[in-house]
Amino acid sequence: MRACVLTLVLTLAWCGQVFADANYRQVAGGSFVSALSLDGARVPVPVAGFAMRSTPVTVAQYLAFVRAHPEWRRDRVPGMYAGGGYLASWAGPLLPGPAIDPQQPVTEVSWFAARAFCAGEAARLPTWYQWEYAAAADASRRDARGDPARQTRILQKLLERTGRAPAAVGEGSANRYGLHDMNTLVWEWVDDYAAMFVNADARDPGQGNLLKLCGGSALAFANRAAYPLMMRVAALAAMKPADVSGNLGFRCVRDTNRGETP
Amino acid sequence: MKHTVIIALAIGAVLLGASSAPVFANALIEEVLVPPPNVPPPIHRDHPARVIVRLETKEIVKEIADGVRYDFWTFNGSVPGPLIRVRQGDTVEMHLKNDPHSHMAHNIDMHAVMGPGGGAAVSVTAPGHESVFEFKAMRAGLYIYHCATPPVPMHIANGMYGLILVEPPQGLPKADHEYYVVQGDFYTTNGYHTPGLQSFDMKKLLLEQPTYVLFNGREGSLTGVNALTSKVGDTVRLFVGDGGPNLVSSFHVIGQIFDSVNVEGGTLVNHNVQTTLIPAGGAAMVEMHTQVPGTYLLVDHSITRAFMQGALGQLVVKGPLAPDLYKKLPDGPVTAAAATAATPMAMPAVNDAMADGKRVFGQICIACHQADGKGLPGAFPPLAMSDFLNADPKRAIGIVLHGLSGKITVDHTGYESAMPAFGPQLNDDEIAHVLTYVLNSFNNKGGNVAPDEVKAVRAGGAKGR
Repeated sequence: MRACVLTLVLTLAWCGQVFADANYRQVAGGSFVSALSLDGARVPVPVAGFAMRSTPVTVAQYLAFVRAHPEWRRDRVPGMYAGGGYLASWAGPLLPGPAIDPQQPVTEVSWFAARAFCAGEAARLPTWYQWEYAAAADASRRDARGDPARQTRILQKLLERTGRAPAAVGEGSANRYGLHDMNTLVWEWVDDYAAMFVNADARDPGQGNLLKLCGGSALAFANRAAYPLMMRVAALAAMKPADVSGNLGFRCVRDTNRGETP
Repeated sequence: MKHTVIIALAIGAVLLGASSAPVFANALIEEVLVPPPNVPPPIHRDHPARVIVRLETKEIVKEIADGVRYDFWTFNGSVPGPLIRVRQGDTVEMHLKNDPHSHMAHNIDMHAVMGPGGGAAVSVTAPGHESVFEFKAMRAGLYIYHCATPPVPMHIANGMYGLILVEPPQGLPKADHEYYVVQGDFYTTNGYHTPGLQSFDMKKLLLEQPTYVLFNGREGSLTGVNALTSKVGDTVRLFVGDGGPNLVSSFHVIGQIFDSVNVEGGTLVNHNVQTTLIPAGGAAMVEMHTQVPGTYLLVDHSITRAFMQGALGQLVVKGPLAPDLYKKLPDGPVTAAAATAATPMAMPAVNDAMADGKRVFGQICIACHQADGKGLPGAFPPLAMSDFLNADPKRAIGIVLHGLSGKITVDHTGYESAMPAFGPQLNDDEIAHVLTYVLNSFNNKGGNVAPDEVKAVRAGGAKGR
């Protein structure tokens, strides 16, 4: 663990960046079989090591970003980058207000806005594979997806969200990489969300995005019992990049070029 | 944006109208939706129209049974979603909104749509957004609609289905009552009737072993004060669907024969049907003529589901009896063995006389004299504030023991029906108790009948009447 942190610090130092690195955790590279089957293939996908924010970006962190980048204030951002509901629950453009816990994950942010936030700290949104790979781990196992009890717990937690605002980040226990809230707190933007389906353009509803059809879900999901992941992918598939949603947040990753073997 | 779309479509409709002979281009109708088990009124249009239908997907926690709550995913907050009623040839402009508080993306696959995914492909809607698509209702029939967002079985298991009726151009035959019933199977981690908030159980879903099988998404949604109603001589039409996700329904109404069934919701009409099979993701339209008053039970005649998992509804028919069609006859004589067996019955304590009398009344007398004791005018005389009863309460002992036939006048109304003798099936205590109960209920004058008095009248034989 210490070695990981040390390596991360060194890597970042090597990158010449000076940021609050305490937010990031190293995810050792490896390979895994994604629950999403592209072109019917079910082959292991290699994932290089990367660093990931330990929690989704919070309201407080996003507020700091908007203060530093006023072009992302809700009253200034162009509609083509962030739709009508962007930060709409906030009391004001720079004021989340008393109803919102600063430690909640920020939601109501578009894909463009999430990307801009990550770019602002020399990071980017994770790819779907990076996100799914990191989320597959539990406290001890790199890939705990085959555990039905874990899957039941995740599903139950997702359903308990009905009618509630997301809880503060970091409340649950971390997985083996030190990441919190990966599966249960909010949906999270991924960089290639519009390209991870058969159809590369989610903005064209008339074309064959197979996930949108009932038969399609069975075709596209290699693991048809992965309901929590299906719900997540469906939630993302419904979005256009400027869309926002009250339960969709994000976290960032940084490449660390660490080809660590698992 | 939305307005732009509507205006553009309206202009399109005007242009289309101008090119065809009848000018109904302005027939733009906003569909009025009502919650189940009610349905929108019949359509009496003789021309197609453009119909705007607005559904909103909502995720809400509400009761699935008394004291049991569940996280439902719904169309318009109800399970099933509202019945949509259009006419064959109509152009339907379907607006699907997803509540901003939703956690899931939702969409709609309408079996009345002929196009890829039944609309599912063009209606995936994120929370807080709205999708709009249009289709022409080309085939008359009764069709399911449901959410088809992955994981599809879960969206359906949580209640996301409803029916759309496409009326034929000439409309449907007139019915006095129309109701809307959709069966669905529900999967909770804990067992049937475990109280509190219950969570969805994926394992049971995959095994197709539901905890609840329900009409209209809640046990009791069609019973008691929520029962469907009709009158003697009326016709009842039920729009019945099966949302599934897994089970097919052996739909039956206990005590009725369906006059007609539009098999599988299509145009084939079958007659004199006892039980009709409704596939998951399918529907049937059934009609019946209610001729005998009483309570009829709607069940899935895969009958364990009706009595162990909740698939039970009621149709209450009111009106005069129809003894030509259905009546109770006197039971046969009781054998000596049975009479002996009855004697050692424990005698209720005196202060239980009213309670025991109420029990007997509820089991026997209520059928004719009714729960309020007022009888049925012209058929069964009243006990409530009855001049006949109150004038001579002791006379009632002999009537209960030996029955009564022939003309009597009660409260200035003549009655000629026959009351059977209950002497063979009720013991002296029971008769004393039920009479005491009647005399002290329904605003009657009060009084008491002792078991010994009944015994004496019984010993005196039928001459006591």
